[in-house]
Amino acid sequence: MFRYLAQRLVAVIPTLIGISLLVFVAIRLVPGDAITTMLGTEAGMLTEKQRASLEAYFGLDKPMVEQYFSWIGRVLQGDMGYSVRHGKPVLTLILERFPVTFELAMLSLVIALAIGISIGTLSAVRHNSMIDLFGRLFALTGLAAPNFLIGTLLIYVLSVYFGILPNAGDYTDFTENPLKNLKQIIFPALTLGFSFSASVMRTTRSAMLEVLGQDYIRTARGKGLRPRAVIFGHAVRNALIPIVTLAGVELGYLLGGAVIVEKIFALPGIGRLTLNAISQRDYALIQGATLFIAFNFVVINMLVDLLYAAIDPRISYVSKK
Amino acid sequence: MSARSDSIGELAKEPSVLRRLLRSRSGALGLVIVAFYVTVAVLGLLQITPYPPTEQHRVDRLQGPSSQYYLGTDMFGRDLLSRLIKGSTNSLYVAFSCVAISSTLGTLIGTASAYIGGTFDNVMMRIMDIFFAFPAILLALLVVVILGRGLDKTIIAIAVVYTPIFARVARGPVLSVKEMEYITAARCIGMHHRRVVFFHVLPNTLAPLIVQVSLALSWSLLTEAGLSFLGLGIQPPEPSWGVMLSESQGISEIAPWLMIYPGLAIMLGVLGFNLLGDGLRDVLDPRMKRLR
Repeated sequence: MFRYLAQRLVAVIPTLIGISLLVFVAIRLVPGDAITTMLGTEAGMLTEKQRASLEAYFGLDKPMVEQYFSWIGRVLQGDMGYSVRHGKPVLTLILERFPVTFELAMLSLVIALAIGISIGTLSAVRHNSMIDLFGRLFALTGLAAPNFLIGTLLIYVLSVYFGILPNAGDYTDFTENPLKNLKQIIFPALTLGFSFSASVMRTTRSAMLEVLGQDYIRTARGKGLRPRAVIFGHAVRNALIPIVTLAGVELGYLLGGAVIVEKIFALPGIGRLTLNAISQRDYALIQGATLFIAFNFVVINMLVDLLYAAIDPRISYVSKK
Repeated sequence: MSARSDSIGELAKEPSVLRRLLRSRSGALGLVIVAFYVTVAVLGLLQITPYPPTEQHRVDRLQGPSSQYYLGTDMFGRDLLSRLIKGSTNSLYVAFSCVAISSTLGTLIGTASAYIGGTFDNVMMRIMDIFFAFPAILLALLVVVILGRGLDKTIIAIAVVYTPIFARVARGPVLSVKEMEYITAARCIGMHHRRVVFFHVLPNTLAPLIVQVSLALSWSLLTEAGLSFLGLGIQPPEPSWGVMLSESQGISEIAPWLMIYPGLAIMLGVLGFNLLGDGLRDVLDPRMKRLR
C-alpha cells in the first residue's frame, strides 16, 4: 500500500509541474506588459525609473525560464504573490475563502449522494416500473438543467413564495453562528447537490443493473437472503466503485469553487474570488487561485484512487511480483 | 460460398443508422428536438423574427406574454421571442463551432498519439492530463483572461476545454484497431502511414466519436450559457440564452417569463442533444443499451 502511495505520488509530479507551467505561461500570454496588468491604470503614473525598479523587484527583467523557477520556488515556500487589488498576500486570501468552498462542496456532495444513490438504487431494483421511469426523468431533467438555472429558480421560489432572500450577502462564518451559516449555505448546496445528483443517479442505476445481473446475486437470493440484505449487503457495495470515481471528480470540481453558484448566492468562496480576480484583472490572484484549484483537483483524484482499495476487496495494491 | 453470400445478404438487410435511431424512442425524440432547434437557429440566421432582436420598445417594457409580444418583453422593451430565436442562433453557432474545432483537433491528437505510440503517446497524454486537471469552467475562464470576451473568443475557450476529451475518446479505439491484421496488411503492401490512418484506422473508430460529438454539443451549450451568464461569453446586447438568463436576475420576481423561457430553451436544447447522444450510443454500441 505504501509502495503504491509512493508510486502515485511520484506519478502526479509531472502533472503538477505541467499545471504550474500552463498557469505561468497563460498569465504571461495576456496582452500588455506585466507591470501594467498588475497595477492597471495606475501604471500610467509610473516614471521610467519606478517601472524599472518594479520590474527588478518582481524579477521581470530576468529570462522567462529563470522567472518560472524563481516563481515556483516561492510558491513551494508558500509565497504565491501579492494581490494589489485586495492589499493582501494571495495565499492568505485563498486560505480565507477556502473554508466556505469546502463547506459548500461537502454539503453539496452529501446531498447529491443521498438523492442520487437512493433514486438510482430504487430505479434499478424496480427496473422498468413507474418508479424507474420517474427516476430516469429526474436524471434527464437534472442533467439538462444548468446549476445557474436551478439556483435562479430556487431564489425566485424562495423570495416570491416564502419571503426568504438567500442571496442577501453578509456571509456569517460557521464558527461564529452555525445556524445562520447553515441557513446561508443550504440553498446553494441544494442547488449544486440537485444538479450533481442526476449523474450520481444515472451511474448508480447502471452500476446496480449490472451488479444485479451477476451470478453471486442470484446465489444470494437463492439461499434465501432477504431482498434488503441482497441489495445493501451485496449489490450496493459492489456498485460503489463508479460512484466513488464520479464523486471524486465532482468533489475536485466543487473544491475548485462553484464559480456560478457562489456568484448567484453571493458566497465568498474560491470560485467567486477567482471570478472577481478575472473581472478586476488581478493577475497574481488569478495565477495563485488557478494553481491552487488545479493542484486540489489532482490530489483529490489521487485520494480517490486510494479509496478504491478500501471499497473493493478485489483491488489490491500489493505488488504482484 | 453460400455462407458468405448469406452473411452479405444479412448485412444488406441491416437497417441504416438513421432508421435504427428513429426506432429508439429517446434517439428519435432527441433528433426531433435537435432538428427543431436547428430550424429555429436558421430562422434567426435569416433574421426571420417578429421584431429585430435588439430593437427597444421603451413604452412596452416588461410586458407579459400577449398577442403583440408572444413571450413578453424585457426591461428595455425588446421582444423576448425574437431574442430567443437569435439567441438560439448564437448559442448553436458557438456549440457547433467549438465542437467542430475540438473534435477535429482532439481526434487528430488522440489518433496520432495512439498510432505513433511510445514516448510520443506518453508525452501527449500527460499534456492532456494537465488540461483535465482544470474544472471546465475554470479552464474556459483562463482562456477568456488571455483572449478577452466575445463570441469568437468564447468558441476558442470552449474548444480548448473539450479538445483533450476528444483526444482521449479517439485514442482508445485506435490503440486496438492499429493491432488488427488488416492494418498490418495495409502496411505490408506499402501503404503510407497517413493513408492507413485516414482510410483504415479512423473510419473504424468513428462510432464513439459520433456519440461524443452529440454529448459535447450539449456540454458546449451549457458552458457557453455559463460563460455568458457570468458576463464573460457572448456580450450584450447580442442575445444568447445565458445572457438572457443573466439579464433576468433581480427582476425575475416581477417578470418571471424572462427567466422561464431562456431556462426552458437551455434545458430542452441540452436534453435534445443528450437524448440524441444516448440514442446514437444505443445504435452504435448496443452493449450499453441495457445499462442505461
